[in-house]
Amino acid sequence: MGVSEILAYALGIISVASALLVVFSKNPIHSVLYLIITFFSIAGQYVLLNAQFLFIVQIIVYSGAIMVLFLFVLMLLNLNKDTEPQKSNLFKFISIITACSLFISMIAMVKGVGNLNLPSEPDSQIGLVKNLGLVLFSKYVIPFELSSVLFISGMVGAVMIGKKETHDIN
Amino acid sequence: MTDVIRQIDISYYVYLSILLFCIGVLGVLIRRNAIILFMCIELMLNSVNLLFVAFSSYRGDANGQLFVFFIMVVAAAEVAVGLAILVMMYRNTKSVDVSLLDKLKN
Repeated sequence: MGVSEILAYALGIISVASALLVVFSKNPIHSVLYLIITFFSIAGQYVLLNAQFLFIVQIIVYSGAIMVLFLFVLMLLNLNKDTEPQKSNLFKFISIITACSLFISMIAMVKGVGNLNLPSEPDSQIGLVKNLGLVLFSKYVIPFELSSVLFISGMVGAVMIGKKETHDIN
Repeated sequence: MTDVIRQIDISYYVYLSILLFCIGVLGVLIRRNAIILFMCIELMLNSVNLLFVAFSSYRGDANGQLFVFFIMVVAAAEVAVGLAILVMMYRNTKSVDVSLLDKLKN
């Protein structure tokens, strides 16, 4: 068993455990912190899979920007104590059964596909910025430009929604 | 570090992402706090990203990693708008409990 193999399994275990803690921890702040651990372990998997650019983007965008946004909203709304009303135990039981059956059916689907090992030629250069940039600006120029439009509209939408209303809706 | 690709079967990554996705679905089903629901949606998006990256690396194909890039862009925009909606919801109902938002039902 090589070092990178052990690393891959350890990162998988960490990500699954902290994802479970995100779902089951009572305090929303703890959930956010466990989610950061999950994102970092997924970023570690990206390094092992030769996606170096996505590793950096994952850390900057997810563990940096998005998580700061979550923490900021949690602190702003002062929700860092457990005020959440619980769902009934019957509903929780049904939810767990639903998620488990989804899991089992997806596993069965993957098993039904048969051989997943595609004819591959692993290339360690593929995740570098140069390669991805060449593909991005040759093949995906229009989606790239559209994503800037999406960002502008998202920004305007967030400001519009977050603005204090002058009149009451009710 | 190409040795991970040689040593580990891709089915490990497939099962790991399915597990993470199902944990996200479970979180959306059993929690009522809207912020936790958002976090579980982020978790599901990340599991799909992991699967994209795994297939892209095993195939030696850069398109999958570009898709992950676009998913991250959309996720960032989604979180910004979603948290703005959440702040507005808190301002109107003084709570982030999603089960209070059933006015369209009747």
